Amino acid sequence: MIALGLFNYWAVILLMMVGFYTLIARGNLVKKLIGLNIFQTSVIMLYVSMGKVAGGTAPILVEGAEHVVYSNPIPHVLMLTAIVVGVATTALGLSLVVRINEAFGTVEDDELRDESL
Amino acid sequence: MSQHLPVLIVVVPLLLAPLAALVGNWKAAWIVAAAASWWAFGVSIALVRRVLAEGTISYEIGGWAAPYGIEYRIDLVSAFVAMIVATIGAVAIIYARTSVRAEVSEDRGALFYSAFILCFTGLLGISVTGDVFNIFVFLEVSSLSAYALIAMGQDRRALTAAYQYLIMGSVGATFIVIGIGLMYSMTGTLNIADLAERLPAVADNRTIPVAFTFLTVGITLKLALFPLHLWLPNAYTYAPSAVTAFIASTATKVAVYLLLRFFFTVFGAEFSFEQMQLDKVLMPLALVAIVTMSLVAIYQDNVKRLLAYSSVAQIGYMVLGISFASVLGVTAGILHLFNHALMKGALFMAMGCVMYRVGSVRLERMKGLGKKMPWTMAAFVGGGLSLIGVPFTVGFVSKWYLVQAALERGMWPVAAVVMFGSLLAVIYVWKVVEVAYFQEADPDDDIREAPLGLLIPTWALVIASFYFGIDATTTADIATRAAEVLLGVGP
Amino acid sequence: MTPGVLIATAMLLPVAGAFALLFWDKKPNVREAVTLITGAATFWHVYQLLPLVRSGLRPRLDLFEVLPGVQLAFEVEPLGMVFALVASFLWPITSLYAIGYMRGHHEENQTRFFFFFAVAIAGALGVAFSANLFTLFAFYEVLTLCTFPLVTHHQTEEAKKAGRIYLGILLTTSIGFQLLAIIWTWVLAGTVDFTDGGILAGTASAGVLSAILVLYVFGVGKAAVMPFHRWLPAAMVAPTPVSALLHAVAVVKAGVFTVLKVAVYVFGIDLLATLSATPWLAWVAATTIILGSLVAMTKDNLKARLAYSTISQLSYIVLGAMLANEWGIIGGGMHIAMHAFGKITLFFAAGAVMVAAHERNISQMHGLGRRMPITFGAFFIGALSIIGLPPAGGSWSKWFLGMGTLEAGQVGLLAVLMVSSLLGLYYLLEVPVKAFFFKPPADAHHAEGIHEAPMPMVIAMVVTATATLGLFLYPDLVFELMAMVIPGGAQ
Repeated sequence: MIALGLFNYWAVILLMMVGFYTLIARGNLVKKLIGLNIFQTSVIMLYVSMGKVAGGTAPILVEGAEHVVYSNPIPHVLMLTAIVVGVATTALGLSLVVRINEAFGTVEDDELRDESL
Repeated sequence: MSQHLPVLIVVVPLLLAPLAALVGNWKAAWIVAAAASWWAFGVSIALVRRVLAEGTISYEIGGWAAPYGIEYRIDLVSAFVAMIVATIGAVAIIYARTSVRAEVSEDRGALFYSAFILCFTGLLGISVTGDVFNIFVFLEVSSLSAYALIAMGQDRRALTAAYQYLIMGSVGATFIVIGIGLMYSMTGTLNIADLAERLPAVADNRTIPVAFTFLTVGITLKLALFPLHLWLPNAYTYAPSAVTAFIASTATKVAVYLLLRFFFTVFGAEFSFEQMQLDKVLMPLALVAIVTMSLVAIYQDNVKRLLAYSSVAQIGYMVLGISFASVLGVTAGILHLFNHALMKGALFMAMGCVMYRVGSVRLERMKGLGKKMPWTMAAFVGGGLSLIGVPFTVGFVSKWYLVQAALERGMWPVAAVVMFGSLLAVIYVWKVVEVAYFQEADPDDDIREAPLGLLIPTWALVIASFYFGIDATTTADIATRAAEVLLGVGP
Repeated sequence: MTPGVLIATAMLLPVAGAFALLFWDKKPNVREAVTLITGAATFWHVYQLLPLVRSGLRPRLDLFEVLPGVQLAFEVEPLGMVFALVASFLWPITSLYAIGYMRGHHEENQTRFFFFFAVAIAGALGVAFSANLFTLFAFYEVLTLCTFPLVTHHQTEEAKKAGRIYLGILLTTSIGFQLLAIIWTWVLAGTVDFTDGGILAGTASAGVLSAILVLYVFGVGKAAVMPFHRWLPAAMVAPTPVSALLHAVAVVKAGVFTVLKVAVYVFGIDLLATLSATPWLAWVAATTIILGSLVAMTKDNLKARLAYSTISQLSYIVLGAMLANEWGIIGGGMHIAMHAFGKITLFFAAGAVMVAAHERNISQMHGLGRRMPITFGAFFIGALSIIGLPPAGGSWSKWFLGMGTLEAGQVGLLAVLMVSSLLGLYYLLEVPVKAFFFKPPADAHHAEGIHEAPMPMVIAMVVTATATLGLFLYPDLVFELMAMVIPGGAQ
């Protein structure tokens, strides 16, 4: 049961490994970026899972509703920043890939290596 | 105003960065960038003086008290690292004016300076903030702009180098976030001082060693410790010269700062080195880095790449010092941060001068430069002597402390490796000297001495690397006190 | 002038002179006049210090702290006085000789030559006056680096190779061993000041101290103890004045001087005598003496033969230090002066033959004596001094060294000294004998038109040869100074 209860974390680990594997094993620069994205997404899930309190709601003060359980807002907020960073990284990465394609005529790692020699 | 200096050192450049992009014209953008750099330089000096006089400065952003608000906390280590970054930035921006114009197309000039200020701001931010998540944000600010800067190099391989750096850098940063998240899950705080207080209570939980491991890998990736250095040689080789000079002297240094901050202040030396036995990992890696990377440097034909491998070796010296986890060792590490920034900055700038006139820094193109560009090559020799560790240069001071730290622990083989590394440096520095001074130049080449706009900043760093080698008492004193702060001993 | 000012001026004069002569690059006569005047003035300043030292004072000059606890400081003690007097007296004479040589030989880049020559002298004086190991090491390295352009003066492929060996061995030994030993001394003793009676006694086990002693003796590559002697023959590609003053006097004597200094003021002869490494090192020196002489016999090139003779003679001084008794130290110190005058005369003569007859090999000097009687006469006197025969100064130092071996109870070492003198008799006297008594070969292309070298060279030779004879009649000054080195004076 504990294993099932930690379902989120299993998902995090799975995503992390999938992303990391793609990033390392794939030779295509775009696929590498996709891997990086999955990898970063897993971290977002990790933080959000941490911040979630069972039965909790968004931490907004509502008149009259006392003794409400709130989720921890800080990890959520932090992940807003992380998402922004992730988007920026992806955008920069993709623009580099476009430029690489223009300059070398390929986005495959092994062909680039031959070109660079 | 002066009580707001800790935040203004970051905020002013941060606001000036978009301005530089908006003005559009590269000349105006340069003025904005120069203003930002020199502002930060002035403030960093003021901060060091204040910390020396009054002790650690704490600043609450927006008046929100720590640990809930973000705290900027400047102790001697932060102030010293911020000063290194700001000093190199201030010199590099002067250099950039001439160098960037030759190496980066004019329509990108404004964007270049905008990215430059962002990178600079990010590095300063890391060193002054007292909040671990804020560190991550600034780390990404500096890294993303660094990728962009590197991609602006003339050679098309700059693009692949930047991409490679982006992938590895992002992985490193993500590892750091994971580590931070795991720490947060155990302590519920992101404030460094607060973390340091709460961590010991939960140190037995398995989450903390896991967080520690993630942070170790992430930070060593960022600081290019062997064998996680693969991104560095290409990035340094193909980036525009001014960028190489700036990043080589600051980015990895700030990563070393992270190493110090996390493992000494957050986790504490006892946890890091006795419980987790970090030294057993760092020391062998550092020693291998010193020897193998110096050997690899010897076989390079591209001098910028040669210097890049030498940087990986020199990072080994810094990490080696830190891995002793003693006052002397950490002092050596911190001193070498500063000293190496000066000498490598000077060397890369000298190579930028060669790039400016010759259009290449390959060895075969540098024949006879000793006669044609005497001041440039003299600067190279000066920086090279420092790399070797000749007395009266900063390199000697670093070695003096590092060997002392090794002997204090009775590790004379380690001391011998440090010396061996210097001797390898003799070989790769002299390889360049021989080509420049002993081979006849091609008589058809019309190569002249580099312009003053490049020579003055280069020589400023060369002279500084001699000055702080002749009178090392100030820097050694600051480094020793910083090491005492980190290890929690002394006053 | 106060003693401190005297020390400073004595060292600054050559540097000032070096920069002054850069201004008269285009006017050789003025430039040479500057060199000579500076040389004479430097000697005069050093000479002013002599009465102070003889009266038992130790003139001192503390400049500033380089590292916390380590000062750049100078102190003139008797041993340093001997070295400084010899070096500064021979400099103007060598300059005079060099004027004739460089012009007669049509050398290029003469300004650069005289510039680095002057700086090298400042370096040698810095070594002589150093008050602690750091200062000594710093000037030792200055001397290494600023003689490099002199060794590679011709900038040919051969010069480049020789330069590699020169710098390679000298930097390997000094950074790899000597610096390690110095830092080790600092860690153990907490000071690096030269102190009467030594600073290392009782700081560590005999084994560790022996290891440090070995590091010092081999770390002083300039003392050319085998197997670190290859740089000296390599340095012979330099113009002859360099070989004469630097590689027979200033550089090599800086090496053996360092060994003596370390023996007397770092270890102290009492401690030295108890270490197990001391007799072992004495035998290493003895081996070098014999092997150096044997190799010298096989060399037909006169300068190469003299170089190996120097290697052999330098080890006399190392041997003297390793005898660890007062006669050994006195003999070793006196040999610094005696060998200097003898060997410089030999080199002057060799250079004169090169300029006047364009001959380098001994086998081609048959019969030259009749055409160049002064040159070969001077050579004969110099040879007598090196061999240790009256009426030349060298006989005194060998006498005391012999007494030292007996006092140490090492009859075997006395035999080594004797055998080496016999070998010297052969390989040195062969030259004047062949020059005076052999018939020139039938196909001699140098039959007519050969006469003595230019006047400045002849004058220089006559002065040094006369001084060699003078030192036999009046060795008192050197003896007196060396006796002051021994704690409690000699009996």
